[in-house]
Amino acid sequence: MSALNPSGWQPSMGDAGTSGEGVFTSSGDRGLMFEEPLSFEIGAIDKCGVDMDEPEGQPVAALGPFLRKSAPDLPGLTEPETVRHYSRLSRQNYGIDLGPFPLGSCTMKHNPRLNEKVARMPGFADVHPLQPPSTVRGAFEAMDELAEWLISLTGMAAVAMSPKAGAHGELCGLLCIRAAHDHAGEARDVILVPESAHGTNPATAAFAGYRVESIPATASGRVDLAALKEKLGPHVAGVMITNPNTCGLFEPDMKAISDAVHAAGGYVYCDGANFNAIVGKVRPGDLGIDAMHINLHKTFSTPHGGGGPGSGPVVLSEALRPFAPLPFTVRTGDGEAHLVEESNAEAFCHTLAFGRMTAFHGQMGMFTRALTYILSHGADGLQQVAEDAVLNANYVLRSCDDLLIAPFGSAGPCMHEALFSDSNLPEGFGTLDVAKGLIDEGFHPMTVYFPLVVKGAMLVEPTETESKAGLDRFITSLRHVAKRALDGDETLHAAPVLAPRRRLDETLAARKPVLVWQRDPG
Amino acid sequence: MSRYFTKDHEWIEISGQVGTVGITDYAQSQLGDITFVELPELGSSITKGASVSVVDSVKAASDVYTPVSGEVVEVNEALGDAPETVNSDAGGSGWLFKLTLSDPGELDGLMDEAAYSAYVAEL
Amino acid sequence: MRYLPLTAADRTEMLGVIGAGSVNELFCDVPDGLLLDGPIEGLPLHASEMAVERHMRGLAVRNLAAGDAPFFLGAGAYRHHIPATVDHLIQRGEFLTAYTPYQPEIAQGTLQVLFEFQTQVARLLGTEIANASMYDGSTACWEAIAMATRITRRGRALLSSGLHPHYVAVANTMARFTGDKIAASTPELSASPGEDELFAQIDEQTACVVVQYPDILGRIPDLARIAEAAQAKGALLIAVVTEPVALGLIEAPGNLGADIVVGEGQSLGVGLQFGGPYLGLFGCREKFVRQMPGRLCGQTVDAAGKRGFVLTLSTREQHIRREKATSNICTNSGLCALAFSIHMTLLGGEGLARLARINHAKAQATAARLAKVPGVTCLNEAFFNEVTIMLPRPGGEVIEELAERGVLGGVPLERLYPGVDGLRNAVLVTASELTEEADIEALADELTQVLA
Repeated sequence: MSALNPSGWQPSMGDAGTSGEGVFTSSGDRGLMFEEPLSFEIGAIDKCGVDMDEPEGQPVAALGPFLRKSAPDLPGLTEPETVRHYSRLSRQNYGIDLGPFPLGSCTMKHNPRLNEKVARMPGFADVHPLQPPSTVRGAFEAMDELAEWLISLTGMAAVAMSPKAGAHGELCGLLCIRAAHDHAGEARDVILVPESAHGTNPATAAFAGYRVESIPATASGRVDLAALKEKLGPHVAGVMITNPNTCGLFEPDMKAISDAVHAAGGYVYCDGANFNAIVGKVRPGDLGIDAMHINLHKTFSTPHGGGGPGSGPVVLSEALRPFAPLPFTVRTGDGEAHLVEESNAEAFCHTLAFGRMTAFHGQMGMFTRALTYILSHGADGLQQVAEDAVLNANYVLRSCDDLLIAPFGSAGPCMHEALFSDSNLPEGFGTLDVAKGLIDEGFHPMTVYFPLVVKGAMLVEPTETESKAGLDRFITSLRHVAKRALDGDETLHAAPVLAPRRRLDETLAARKPVLVWQRDPG
Repeated sequence: MSRYFTKDHEWIEISGQVGTVGITDYAQSQLGDITFVELPELGSSITKGASVSVVDSVKAASDVYTPVSGEVVEVNEALGDAPETVNSDAGGSGWLFKLTLSDPGELDGLMDEAAYSAYVAEL
Repeated sequence: MRYLPLTAADRTEMLGVIGAGSVNELFCDVPDGLLLDGPIEGLPLHASEMAVERHMRGLAVRNLAAGDAPFFLGAGAYRHHIPATVDHLIQRGEFLTAYTPYQPEIAQGTLQVLFEFQTQVARLLGTEIANASMYDGSTACWEAIAMATRITRRGRALLSSGLHPHYVAVANTMARFTGDKIAASTPELSASPGEDELFAQIDEQTACVVVQYPDILGRIPDLARIAEAAQAKGALLIAVVTEPVALGLIEAPGNLGADIVVGEGQSLGVGLQFGGPYLGLFGCREKFVRQMPGRLCGQTVDAAGKRGFVLTLSTREQHIRREKATSNICTNSGLCALAFSIHMTLLGGEGLARLARINHAKAQATAARLAKVPGVTCLNEAFFNEVTIMLPRPGGEVIEELAERGVLGGVPLERLYPGVDGLRNAVLVTASELTEEADIEALADELTQVLA
């Protein structure tokens, strides 16, 4: 025989039955679960991961008295240390790449990598916003192509492209409304907002100088049309409605609402956060809407990036078009796209703009990603997006409504989100326990405690990019955790116990805020 | 000395011309861990029913309405470092501010302790 | 369709579970006649990855990329070298495809990055605290003004003439609706940033004085003097930094007395991208924390006593305060903040200082060479990496003619200040570590010919 296993390595299953609890590791890491110190604890001010040659000559001659005395106190790391620091940190994050991310009203869908590739083409990524127009024709073209898609998909007259995110878009829409009333010489000071609205709606209305009055919901979770009509009058500037609404339901009276508001001299703002449910199926313009922001990072799949950047173009009706903020693109008769900004607004007969919302032209990096996504789907694929998103949500709804209360489940199908309540869970158990239990199951939880009109709300938005098999796994886990709660399994209160962290003390964080790292005085 | 209550869960204790205002134990229990208390400005004139203070918990910010009108003569500075006092002793050392009453008649519409207890029991 | 996993068989089976005969039955709440029965007419149908890429490349190549020409633009957006590591790390799916960290137990990666980012920004700006970023510099600037009016309970903001005109426009737009008063003016072509003119306008109604540092013409205002003058009248000083690389070489605004410091963070880690997405930097004194807009990440412990991070002080924000929120902002600029933070970590304090020295040296070389071009004069005495040059004729045409010759020569001030006669012949020229000697020569040569 030849040499017998000289390395001594024998594959082994080890001893069965050890869960890992109680195993001490000297590093603090546990297998693939890494702990990572702060960069401030491992870096040094004179460490650097970028090689640069010192300049020759008199480097600081033109700074006069402004020269700083010492380099900023910022720790650096070499390149390998940097890669490792951030890669290890990334392992403590859940992302859509790893599994479903069913956050209601957030539309966490797959982020195609073609979008990333296109956005990084030098002709888009490496172009300055103030280059001479003759050198950025393709950029105007791309902006305008996206604008035309958004206009067609919504059946509206125009689109303001510059808002930086959904809330910024909301503000843009309301400022258009305010500018239109101002232009007409009308002093209207109230915006009506349904009580189920997302918190940004009243915040935005207040910021735009309006008083907010609340509209109640009906028992079936819709806007109470009669109550709304009663509140209309010469003081009402408009309404802000989310459709499909925050309960995941379509507002069947939307057209009647719009007609009533218009008859009273107001405008209709629609929060487009839930556009994914109806893209390609219903055009908001057909519902009488005057302004709606579109979250490119929701419906059109630009990545959320751990909290932005977003992008919130606002589509506008013919009535609001003249007030759109600068800049935006238009296409002239010769087929060329142009940027309309302060220097040429008069030439393009756009003199009523309410102003400017941001430096430069908006989130171009998001425009190219969204356009790429839209072109990939086409008109037919986008329609399928809405259908599959709604189908997936209803599948979750009907697969769990025997265990969890679905407050509006008896009223018919939902749109792209399934809404549950914790009202049937035993005393001491609630939505938070279900959410944290799902984390131990390996899933990101749904949106919790929103909308506020439902006690212990759990809003599940699977989106169209989940497979049936993936949904079935999620449903199995949701049912399992719900059963634990229904059975009064006290261990659920400790969840999560298998994540990088256990429940975090938010009270401590808020009472004694520590917002920047400081060297331990000891 | 006597203590009155509002339906919005504030209490006021009268001692001579000065009233001490806080939130009730029921209110603090509903809010959960209190993290910050925004107090009214010393010397400001406040009107019955106006929102004059805000009590923050981790997930909520609740307005406190003054039960009566008057001028703010003292605020509970100790809450700056220890907002949790409102949780541990809402009816005592967790008081928010003191004011001189401009119209003691406003007290007439408020509840006494027994009426407030009955009111809370109904909620 | 490659992004849609459901099969026809899946759909049928799922409809069975739901108890619906067709998908359109799920849309039964949509009134008759409003549900589209087919794809919207006149729009293209789905396309392959290859086809889409080809189309988008066709658009991209119609643009002259900055890297393909001698390039000298700045004015609030700066072209710097971005280490390859930055783009690699931000594309890790766990960062790229995560949401706002609402479930902190499985978002410690994002949260720790935000905590590190806040610390880096605070140290860079010289402030006690910083938030987790805003949309961009211009919106951060407006948010700072709104915050100053809340703190001082005064309604007038005084903007220095050297503030980026887009930032002024954003402030004017917002103030039109909030009722705040904005006092702003256009800059004069002088070497002085005009501190004395500013002092004369500070009064007892002034909530804040807003000063860009270095300013729109590349000049460096004396922040310490302005802070003193503002604070003497009970006003806050808001410093605005559009080029954070400068802070590697000039003193941090917070160290010079600024109460709030905001900035555009794009210079570090984030490409030009035709204007967005960028990220707003926001730092201030700790005592103002409850009046601060935007997300904040704070340190805490978990149930097992381990250090961890959460979003905190959220009662300032719209989802809780609703109409009483400090701002209606929901998102920050998370991925851009990550890129900024990685780039900053790669540089370290001394690396940033070195980068700043190189920028300054390149700008000096550029300014010196352009001053030799007949008809060109340089405005600035003090500057960092940006100078204003004055030409014998309108800057817009000169820059267009240079572009025809393949040189991206700078930002003509008439693009930023349309209709302001006094600025028509001026051009803002910016250099960076990417500027090569050949680029400077190309600009000087072509400019000489264009002006001849």
